[in-house]
Amino acid sequence: MSPRSRRPFLLLFAALLAVPFAPARAQLTIEIVGGAGTAIPIAVVPFEGESNFPLGISGIVAADLARSGLFRSVDTGGVSPRPFRAEDVRSDVWRGRGADAVVVGSMRPRADGRVDVAYALVDVVRGGTLASTHFTVAQAQFRATAHRIADEIYAKLTGDAGVFSTRIAYVAKQGARYQLVVADADGADPQTIVSTDEPILSPRWSPDGNRIAYVSLEQKKPIVYVQNLATGARTAIAAFRGSNSAPAWSPDGRQLAVTLSRDGGSQLFLMNADGTGVRRVMTSPGADTEASFTPDGKALLFTSDRGGSPQIYRVGVDGGGVERITFEGSYNVSPRPLPDGKGMVYVRRDGNRYQVAIMDFATRQTQVLTAGPLDESPSVAPNGKMVLYASETGGRGILNAVSADGRVKQRIVAPSADVREPAWGPLPK
Amino acid sequence: MTRPIIFAAAAFAAVLLAGCQSTPTEQAAAPVEDRAAASAAGSTSGATTSGAGSAGVSGAAQGQQRAAGAGGNPLKDPASPLSKRSVYFEFDSFTVMDQYKPLVEAHGRYLAQNRNAKLAIQGHADERGSREYNIALGQKRADSVKRMMLLLGAQESQIEAVSFGEEKPKNPGHDESSWAENRRVDLVYAGE
Repeated sequence: MSPRSRRPFLLLFAALLAVPFAPARAQLTIEIVGGAGTAIPIAVVPFEGESNFPLGISGIVAADLARSGLFRSVDTGGVSPRPFRAEDVRSDVWRGRGADAVVVGSMRPRADGRVDVAYALVDVVRGGTLASTHFTVAQAQFRATAHRIADEIYAKLTGDAGVFSTRIAYVAKQGARYQLVVADADGADPQTIVSTDEPILSPRWSPDGNRIAYVSLEQKKPIVYVQNLATGARTAIAAFRGSNSAPAWSPDGRQLAVTLSRDGGSQLFLMNADGTGVRRVMTSPGADTEASFTPDGKALLFTSDRGGSPQIYRVGVDGGGVERITFEGSYNVSPRPLPDGKGMVYVRRDGNRYQVAIMDFATRQTQVLTAGPLDESPSVAPNGKMVLYASETGGRGILNAVSADGRVKQRIVAPSADVREPAWGPLPK
Repeated sequence: MTRPIIFAAAAFAAVLLAGCQSTPTEQAAAPVEDRAAASAAGSTSGATTSGAGSAGVSGAAQGQQRAAGAGGNPLKDPASPLSKRSVYFEFDSFTVMDQYKPLVEAHGRYLAQNRNAKLAIQGHADERGSREYNIALGQKRADSVKRMMLLLGAQESQIEAVSFGEEKPKNPGHDESSWAENRRVDLVYAGE
């Protein structure tokens, strides 16, 4: 990992956001602190008619792409005439500026008050239009439209699904108050969905993105809740005697794995998403916790100290076929399967440093992705390409993101809050 | 090694201190028993929930409920081991150290003699490592204290062992002496 020159693309979306009903909250800003060696140079030309609207689309598209670390913005200043359609793009001009691809578009108001948004992605190296889409949207949908365009461009040029339209959840601590916050993946539009004087942890998105499971200590013990994001209504799905913690959704959204101490010790249980049908996965000689389902729904990865130190294991959902996965070191915890099922991200301790690492199941090879010293709670993006995690600097919690190959790093900062427990939401349906 | 234990003068004052952190002294490495923690832990707090599409209403928490004054209660008598409410642990360990056994035994006997008394045993861990695993670690600490009390005649129905993991540190610092104060079990009787 070579020290790179810092390229601070400080994205202050707060300045662009003029949502009148949203009170000041822990708005995140994202700073890229290291990029891929082979970022794709791309020019996003300001869209035709964009200046007539309070929020432009091209700037958000360019910021999304740059934030991924896989793209480098090429200056569009001084090109005359500015192209707005694919056929107006002069490849030689843009190649001369070092661009491999150019994005052009337009925003035209309609009589019904909505806006026609069109864009095209042009390959100026090989020639040809790679993508061209037209949307009719209300002004409130500009931001979402920009993220969709960025997702399409990302998919065309990298071959992977874009995650700019996804949402994230995190816990912000401001003074003595704990807030569970849901925001766009770029930190914009933060919405507080729970606010309490007691700690909140372990937020987990349901696979359909409509509910979040989490643990709250507001009743003087850990209780697992499932909250509906549209209505704010919630159910205590695990409030048994003792501690109830570490929820994880099954891929079909019908079940949750939880850790309960109701029958002694910390043991894994499965239950239906409404809290019924509680059944124990197995009887463990140690403390078992932080389960997560494998993408095929057939097994759980979990942490157990049954061997004397916390290590990661796998067990079938029927309780059979327990297998130890980690052997190196005395502390390997927080397993999170990759979406393709071929590996996992986890936290390991090396001396006094807690670091996020990734393991390939076939080769058992591991790569340490972060430097520590207090990195925890990793959450994998639904395309498997980025890992969001909690870190600490100067005694304050911050969020970071790192690409699954360790090359792209982002620092995500909330100005006034202590932030932790990030959870990356699913791809929108 | 004996760890000096400092008491807040009265439960009333303790509530006022609830927001303050322990002041380091020349004995900074020693855990400081802070009755405020127990009192505050007996309070209730409200949570406000809302949907992600709404403007996000932020509600006020309910006020803290305060424990009653001492009034001859052995649990409140500074001269009684029953007034001591914290048991400390070594790193990554859930074994009750010898120096804390008299404290745990006194509470176990008290529960055996006072069948109406109900006790919450709250396990805690320091901030290092996984938050979810730290809940399991705090649970092991709470469970080991509970097992000792059951051996002395306390009833299962009188005790609930729970864990707060690393979420409720007694000392908010980030060094070994702070962590030593946070690897603990707090004993909180119902009604306190």
